[in-house]
Amino acid sequence: MINLLKARLRHGYQAIPNPLTVPIHESFPGLPYIQPDADLEKLNRLCPVKAFCEKGLDLGKCVFCGICEREEPQMIDFKPNYQIATDAREKLIIAPGQEKLPPIVPINPRLIRRSFALRNVSAAGCNACELELGASTNVNFDMGRYGIEIEASPRHTDALILTGPISRNMADALQITWNAIPSPKYLVLCGSCAISGGIFAQSSELKREFLSRFEAQLFIAGCPAHPLSIIYAIHSFMGAK
Amino acid sequence: MKNPYLLQYPEPQETGSFIQELHKVLKQGYLPLHYFGTPEDLLYALLFKGDEILAFCAPFPAERVLPSLANLYPAFGIFERLLYEEYGIKPEGHPWLKAVRNFLPGDSKHEDYEFFRSDSPELHEVGVGPVHAGVIEPGHFRFICKGEIVHHLEIQLGYQHRGVEKLLAQGDPLLQYPLAEAIAGDTVIGHGLAHALMLEKLHDREGAATKIRNIALEMERIAMHLADLSALAADVAYIMGQNLFAALRTTVINSSLAICGSRFGKRWLRPGGVNYGISPDQADTLKKTLLTVKQQVIDSCEAMFGNLSVITRLMDTGVLKYEDAIALGTSGLTARASGVLVDCRMNFPIEEESGFLPYIEGGGDVYSRAYLRYREIIQSLDFIIEDLELLDFQAPLYTAPGKMVPNAISLAMVEGWRGRILHIAKSCADGTLNWYKVLDPSLVNWQGLALAMRETAISDFPICNKSFDLSYCGSDL
Repeated sequence: MINLLKARLRHGYQAIPNPLTVPIHESFPGLPYIQPDADLEKLNRLCPVKAFCEKGLDLGKCVFCGICEREEPQMIDFKPNYQIATDAREKLIIAPGQEKLPPIVPINPRLIRRSFALRNVSAAGCNACELELGASTNVNFDMGRYGIEIEASPRHTDALILTGPISRNMADALQITWNAIPSPKYLVLCGSCAISGGIFAQSSELKREFLSRFEAQLFIAGCPAHPLSIIYAIHSFMGAK
Repeated sequence: MKNPYLLQYPEPQETGSFIQELHKVLKQGYLPLHYFGTPEDLLYALLFKGDEILAFCAPFPAERVLPSLANLYPAFGIFERLLYEEYGIKPEGHPWLKAVRNFLPGDSKHEDYEFFRSDSPELHEVGVGPVHAGVIEPGHFRFICKGEIVHHLEIQLGYQHRGVEKLLAQGDPLLQYPLAEAIAGDTVIGHGLAHALMLEKLHDREGAATKIRNIALEMERIAMHLADLSALAADVAYIMGQNLFAALRTTVINSSLAICGSRFGKRWLRPGGVNYGISPDQADTLKKTLLTVKQQVIDSCEAMFGNLSVITRLMDTGVLKYEDAIALGTSGLTARASGVLVDCRMNFPIEEESGFLPYIEGGGDVYSRAYLRYREIIQSLDFIIEDLELLDFQAPLYTAPGKMVPNAISLAMVEGWRGRILHIAKSCADGTLNWYKVLDPSLVNWQGLALAMRETAISDFPICNKSFDLSYCGSDL
């Protein structure tokens, strides 16, 4: 009993007072700043997933491995900014000189402002996004405070949050889970695997047709997505006050 | 010889004598490390006893039929299933030849596979998954129960299969390391380090900053053991423990974020060394943090393991017997909690691990696996705190790559937090890779969970599953 009391006292108050504004450690590679004169082709040659294009860096492909930043620190700098989520796929491309991603427009605040339930389908990722999604509900991040819940039954949810690049073996299960969610429903893609196939994009074992049939409304970048990014994204999407 | 190893290219022998030879050494108490086929139409068998490794090789048999070893040595069961699935080599007399990863109609060599079933009217089946109730990876569990008691559990994985070995063998040097990290996102350092060591050996390159790499490996062990203690506490409704351990895990993984930018240690290591060093300031902060964590772990664990309502749930639940743990070829914490003295840090130490002695527990039950986690957390904390004292802050972070040794087989083993991780690859004459094989301890240890569930109440499945905490994506690759 005395151990428990000591542990409880040392535990203190663990919840982050405001996960929407809390600063993150400066070593966190979040939203990158690309110098206006950066040589994007050169950066792309360094990139394992070829995430650079003519317009800039596609955060939906980026795996945040940091190789471009370590090799060419004068061209690109990943800032400790965890607001790396958008409401449209093309908005995830960050152009040279751009300092922020466009804000997320709430999808239907009248309906989901106070309460939003999600069903996770893990489809062939590496389990890091799943752990971070789980951590978003823990004692530190506690996204339940905003009425965001991860539910067991798809019947009780408003959205499907997909992690992983979708293997052929998971394609059917994903479709069945999606069908079981009552309308109106939303599709959230969490992490670079779900958004673009990520590090596994070249694999012949993927089957991503689901994403051509159903359009996602929220894209959370990261490899894995950080709990603060997840909370920022979903909270903005709900239009919560 | 020291881990990692450049294996002497084993002379291929005729299939009959290959199998005979295997039977001979298996009788002498050697255990399988891996048994696999390669695109050059060769079979490889790697076995070990203590710190000794044997390698055998044979061409694929004519007609692609081979006598099965699994009847006598169940540890070969899963490897032979993979051999059949990947290369169509049929192990004759295999007790239960079924799909591992390719089960879709059209891909599968097992058309219309039906799950193991019983026709007794007193038994019922419970099917769970692939999509589970929580935020968990996909897999299918099929229980055959009498009332509450599980008679048999069949585990069908493969849903996470995304062709990692194929992608790794393509050998894109930019893609390879991040890919190795994504074999299992909860074992980033374990798989990353095994990959790095294997490649270093293949390029005749010494790894730099080995102390930092070991600190990273042990931090991962601490973090994931804490996550498991938290999950176990949650499943026996000991909510205080759930929160104490979850917060401790956050502290530990945030310390790794402070060094490399990732809570999972992604991008920390690289072949040849590390990307991010530890500065004297960071070492100081880390040491202070870990000392506080240690005290908190001791108090939290003493409280939890002294709580009767917790230990009555954990003790004698989900027992994996010593004989079964050995026969199945399990490794890591799963094996050690059943009294099997096996640990890569002892059997095949890498640079910073010499003189390491693992803890074991005898019970083989959920309690043993939970309590062993507690002991291993403290052991790893002490290990890191000592290593931080000895850290050379001037040391180079990584070495320059050398030239690839042609036609060589390189093998590296790392004791990840789950158990023995094995990366093995063969180089061609032109500096590309011929093949790449990965073995996560989960692939083998899942069989242990299936056995541990027998005659256990189905309501205890969550705590049994969490006490093993095996990887789906690590097995499915």
